[in-house]
Amino acid sequence: MFAKKAQWTVLDLVVIAFALIPVAWLTSLSLKDPSTIADGGFLPSKWTFDNYVNVFTDGGFLQPLVNSIGIALISTFVAILLGTFAAYAIARLEFPGRNIMLGAALLVAMFPQVSLVTPLFNIERNLGLFNTWPGLILPYVTFALPLTIYTMSTFFREIPWELEKAAKMDGASGFQAFRKVIVPLATPGVVTAAVLAFIQSWNDFLFAISLTSTERARTAPAAISFFTGASQFEDPTGSVSAAAVIVTIPIVIFVLIFQRRIVSGLTAGAVKG
Amino acid sequence: MTTDVKAAERRLGLWLCAPAAAFMLLVAGWPILYSVILSFKRYDLRFPDDQAWVGFSNYATVLTNEFWWTSFGVTMIITVVSVAFELVLGMALAQVMYRTLVAKGLLRTVVLIPYGIVTVVAAFGWFYAWTPGTGWLAAMLPDGEAPLTEFWPAIGIIILAEVWKTTPFMALLLLAGLAIVPEELHRAAAMDGAGRWQRFVRITLPLMRPAIAVALLFRILDAFRIYDNIYVLTKGSQSTGSVSILTYRNLVSGLNLGIGSTMSVLIFITVAIIAFFFVTVLKTGTPGQGGR
Repeated sequence: MFAKKAQWTVLDLVVIAFALIPVAWLTSLSLKDPSTIADGGFLPSKWTFDNYVNVFTDGGFLQPLVNSIGIALISTFVAILLGTFAAYAIARLEFPGRNIMLGAALLVAMFPQVSLVTPLFNIERNLGLFNTWPGLILPYVTFALPLTIYTMSTFFREIPWELEKAAKMDGASGFQAFRKVIVPLATPGVVTAAVLAFIQSWNDFLFAISLTSTERARTAPAAISFFTGASQFEDPTGSVSAAAVIVTIPIVIFVLIFQRRIVSGLTAGAVKG
Repeated sequence: MTTDVKAAERRLGLWLCAPAAAFMLLVAGWPILYSVILSFKRYDLRFPDDQAWVGFSNYATVLTNEFWWTSFGVTMIITVVSVAFELVLGMALAQVMYRTLVAKGLLRTVVLIPYGIVTVVAAFGWFYAWTPGTGWLAAMLPDGEAPLTEFWPAIGIIILAEVWKTTPFMALLLLAGLAIVPEELHRAAAMDGAGRWQRFVRITLPLMRPAIAVALLFRILDAFRIYDNIYVLTKGSQSTGSVSILTYRNLVSGLNLGIGSTMSVLIFITVAIIAFFFVTVLKTGTPGQGGR
């Protein structure tokens, strides 16, 4: 038994190292003093927080970060709202468009995003949506919808809907029965879908660099890729790695809090359907 | 009475789906149709007045262009090799997550971090790690080696970045498949003298077939769209660009909407063929019908 546990410990450590070494490296790079950034060591030989201060003071990282947070939150909210309607209908109601809806969602999920970049670029320029928040929110919602519809309809299908009827028998009004019985049961599914949708919008790069041109709507991942350093001769490594760590923090927090739900959401949506 | 209820249910269903359907139709459906139209036109934003209907000439231009086929080949190599690695590593990872006796919860949490991390951010990590001077990985190479400036090493690093980022996703999908395999079958086979490897090949793999097929389909289509990693790691230099990189470049530096749209349509068709192959030939079924 002890030998077995030791074996598993070693294997676990290998997996954890695989997952964390690149993250640790980026963090270490962001804490290196500019004079030591090119020493090629894994750990900083001289520590500093200057890189973090610099991205906000000279780097102009604040506006892209605000854009990212705002755009990802609004996209998530809209996708969840519309996705909940559709998922409820798909899980509960008999209607003719049900399979078409599932098929369309699957099609969009498999869509090569780059196929939309050229047409959207032109359409958004003509509509005045280019380089605006809505210009990014629209595609983000669209690509989050399949995910939310599949994840939530799987959750909704598992809710024992007879409870609603039972509550009504006991004298609850229709709305009361829905709010007191169904909503609490459905909330975990909604939260799961929201976390997945947020991660997906937060992650996007292709739309962010194709459909924006200035800080007005540029999101954090796109902004990081345009960092050049404070002057022509300055290496942006420190700023890039500090900004990269900042963008990673919300995701790590989400993963720590919602670990179980992310796993169930990913697997339910894709394997069980 | 019942027909009334049914009709009301139908109406409600359609109304509830309408907003989501409208979004997908307007933001995905209409642009793809528009890009088909653009692909038949000469449409270059540098010469906005010189627009004309040119039929299949854009397609001829793209399909006889060596840059297109190089990018196509590179995309295919990256897709096939990285998905193959992900499948093997993902399966190993799934087994460890499923069977480990130590720190199961911690393991499942940590494994999600690569999945959650912004691809561009992870790509910068790999970029600096392999850049001579800053990088700890480059520091282990002989002096004067700059792997990101040479074709095969650069492709290798792109694949590494892709595999690191998405193996956890693959592993989670396979883990869900593993959980479906009944433990009694394993015990019975073990009693009959089957070894660990035999049980894996004869019992686990066949029962996991639907899960594996779905995971493969998702990852292949996703890998085919590869963009972020290449943009950061090589910017597509030394012919390491994927079809997505080439399309983006035609749009942003070239402002050539006609050619860009033609490439968009060709990529869309390729993806459709891959999906069609999986769904019909391999009888995967789609999520929603799959796994039942």
